Amino acid sequence: MNIMNVDYDGLIPNNVNLNGDPRVKAALEKWHPGYLDWWNDMGPDGFQESLVYLRTAVSVDPKGWAKFDYVKMPDYKWGILLAPQGEDRKIPFGAHAGEKAWQEVPGEYRAMLRRLIVIQGDTEPASVEQQRFLGKTAPSLYDMRNLFQVNVEEGRHLWAMVYLLQKYFGADGREEAEALLQRRSGDEDTPRMLGAFNEETPDWLSFFMFTFFTDRDGKMQLEALAQSGFDPLSRTTRFMLTEEAHHMFVGETGVGRTIERTCQEMQKAGIDDPYNIEAVRKLGVIDLPTLQKKANLHYSLTLDLFGNEISTNAASAFHAGIKGRYREDKLDDDHKLESSTYPVTRFKDGKIVVEDVPALSALNLRLRDDYVADCQGGVSRWNKVLEKYNIKFQLKLPHVAFHRNIGEFKEVQADVDGNIISGDAWEKKKDEYLPSSNDRDFIESLMKTEVEPGKFASWIAPPKVGIDNKPGDFEYVKIA
Amino acid sequence: MSAPIKQHLIDPAVCIRCNTCEATCPVGAVTHDANNYVVDVTKCNFCMDCVSPCPTGSINHFVKVKTPFSLEEQFSWSDLPEIKEIPDTDGPAISAAEAIDDEAAALLDDAHKGAGGRMKAPASASKPRINLFGRREPAIAKVTGNLKLTGEGASADIHHIILDFGTTSFPVLEGQSIGIVLPGNDENGRPHKMRLFSIASPRDGERPNTNNVSLTVKRVVTKNADGTETRGVASNYVCDLKQGDTVQVAGPFGSTFLMPDDPEADVVMICTGTGSAPFRGFTERRRRSMPSAKGKLYLFFGARTPEELPYFGPLQKVPKTLLDQELVFSRLPYKPKEYVQDRMKRRSADLAALLQKGTTHIYMCGLKGMETGVEEAFASICREHKLDWALIRAKMRDEGRFHVETY
Repeated sequence: MNIMNVDYDGLIPNNVNLNGDPRVKAALEKWHPGYLDWWNDMGPDGFQESLVYLRTAVSVDPKGWAKFDYVKMPDYKWGILLAPQGEDRKIPFGAHAGEKAWQEVPGEYRAMLRRLIVIQGDTEPASVEQQRFLGKTAPSLYDMRNLFQVNVEEGRHLWAMVYLLQKYFGADGREEAEALLQRRSGDEDTPRMLGAFNEETPDWLSFFMFTFFTDRDGKMQLEALAQSGFDPLSRTTRFMLTEEAHHMFVGETGVGRTIERTCQEMQKAGIDDPYNIEAVRKLGVIDLPTLQKKANLHYSLTLDLFGNEISTNAASAFHAGIKGRYREDKLDDDHKLESSTYPVTRFKDGKIVVEDVPALSALNLRLRDDYVADCQGGVSRWNKVLEKYNIKFQLKLPHVAFHRNIGEFKEVQADVDGNIISGDAWEKKKDEYLPSSNDRDFIESLMKTEVEPGKFASWIAPPKVGIDNKPGDFEYVKIA
Repeated sequence: MSAPIKQHLIDPAVCIRCNTCEATCPVGAVTHDANNYVVDVTKCNFCMDCVSPCPTGSINHFVKVKTPFSLEEQFSWSDLPEIKEIPDTDGPAISAAEAIDDEAAALLDDAHKGAGGRMKAPASASKPRINLFGRREPAIAKVTGNLKLTGEGASADIHHIILDFGTTSFPVLEGQSIGIVLPGNDENGRPHKMRLFSIASPRDGERPNTNNVSLTVKRVVTKNADGTETRGVASNYVCDLKQGDTVQVAGPFGSTFLMPDDPEADVVMICTGTGSAPFRGFTERRRRSMPSAKGKLYLFFGARTPEELPYFGPLQKVPKTLLDQELVFSRLPYKPKEYVQDRMKRRSADLAALLQKGTTHIYMCGLKGMETGVEEAFASICREHKLDWALIRAKMRDEGRFHVETY
């Protein structure tokens, strides 16, 4: 069977010849009903019968990459799609660099690989759970469709990880696959594994910030796993990255359109001072300082997902050839990092200092630095919108020491500029940096759904281009 | 004057710099700096691999320029600059590209002349993929069916051919065409010209989720004055294909003669003979995807006799609620000749009402000879109802609601 072609005849669409692998096929078919139950219980609430104009991956070949059509979400073709196997691929980094890439799990790294796959897999259903009530306050059918597209793709990414567990990890893998359906975001007893995935996504601005900041962590992790010497993991994540790009798009343009609407309304009302919050809010748009606070929150929560700056786990995963650096294949060095160093921003003796540490142990931070640069690109493009409307305000990323619960700065409080401040000072200033309950109430008051095709809620501008080149008033969701 | 150059550009105001295009490009034509992702005009071969995976729609800009934009110029942009399009007299402009392949583009340009101006796709049409396979690297399809459609004793020999793409992805939309690349050379030792055929099946195949397309092909045999016959090379090649044969296919081609993806749209389809092919696809698509659509389908279909009308049998089974059919015959014994334009005039009141609706789309497909009669029928219907056909036609064409494909 050709890898480019997707088998839609079976219960589970795939390009991995499931029919030729009865054991894995049976395991996945057994898992499938539980997945559908999870989707129906925890997926988008109230829209399971609606027809949504979705993109479905029908082939991993770019030429037939995706097709658009109306689909009921529970009927979405979740499947197992791996990027084509490279000819004679070599392990690109670490102690085994240059050896043939593994097609089976290398015994000595089995536990490490399983853990990485489970953590990645756990984030996918978590975000669907976090976002399940947002459909009801969608600012337009266009945005509602984008939300659901993100949700079904997160669902597919769960399938991707579960396939690896079922195929390569035997009985443990099956148990882990089951557990992925049992944990629940925010649940006291059985929460999801990572902190940011147990936070609420209460409103659409949070959703856009989440897709911009937190899904971008997902992108960076996938990029690092796409370099893996374990070839099936590399191929799976490479294909997931193409879908992940859509999530980046939803986040960046969602916040960008929010900024644009605020600028338009401020200009119309002749308000120059972005800090005249009361006046701006009266216009039915989100004031820029509140947008900054939302960005501060989601950015800092997401930085925690990268783990400790200095980490022996990350060093072992790299050394083992399991998890590489961002775009490892584009980096020009020995890909072993045994003798080089990397500068790390640390907290020592009450001060923030930069210290060179062995590069192998600083890999979490290195990935985080690449993440920060990627975020900064998007923030700069948001600021271009502000410049276009001649509004004297610029959004910026807070200092990496700000509002942290993991890593070098977890024990201290810092302001957005990276000045260490006392606990008392933090308590007093907190509401200047992070959304207050008052801010959250205001945002919530704007969350009124708009379901007439082509119409948008007061606080957000329409997109520049429709999905699949559709015209502005296209009915992206036919609500049942 | 130097020849105009095709250039692929990315809109920096819409792009989110996700790197998907750069990762996808098989020839390394996409590159980036800290500001923008751009396409190197010296490397891009218009394979279109980057277009479909782009999540933003920023990638879809093709222009024809006298001097291409350099990488440095593109890196400096925050928006696409205003681009002066080269007028049609210099050749078909690529920004409205039907097909990047020059040979296919020329064939389609000719087929669309009857619209009297540049055609646009319906606003709601799905986005077509074009030029995925060229004649140098065609897709290989296998013949899985070849059915003679015309009855015994009919003077025409029309075949329904099913081509299966097996494991190759060949995404099409109803109304698009594919190119059949003939094996061997012509009498002058040059490769045969590519022939375009409209697909007769809907986008998801003869049956839902099959990876095949069907064609409606008439065997061309002309009698010469000296009593000999000239047989059309391509049509005879296709009509003689046997089950299991493989065929080289280029395409898909065509980005305007597409059906509206809108349940409100009324669709008037006028055809003769094998011109019915795209409308078979339209009808089946509507039946599969929006069976209870508010908009109606109208078919004016002409042939000499029922035996020569492709799909005459199956058409009898299509319910009136889905398709309002007018089958018109010009060679029935004991009956006066009747052509599609005559039947259109008999439905004058209905058509006049449709012409005044903003949701009506008109399609004409068949031999070039039908254009004059159909045009005259619309003009006459308009005169009768105090409407201006020239104005209506221009407006509909500009709005992507008037389409002609004749050959």
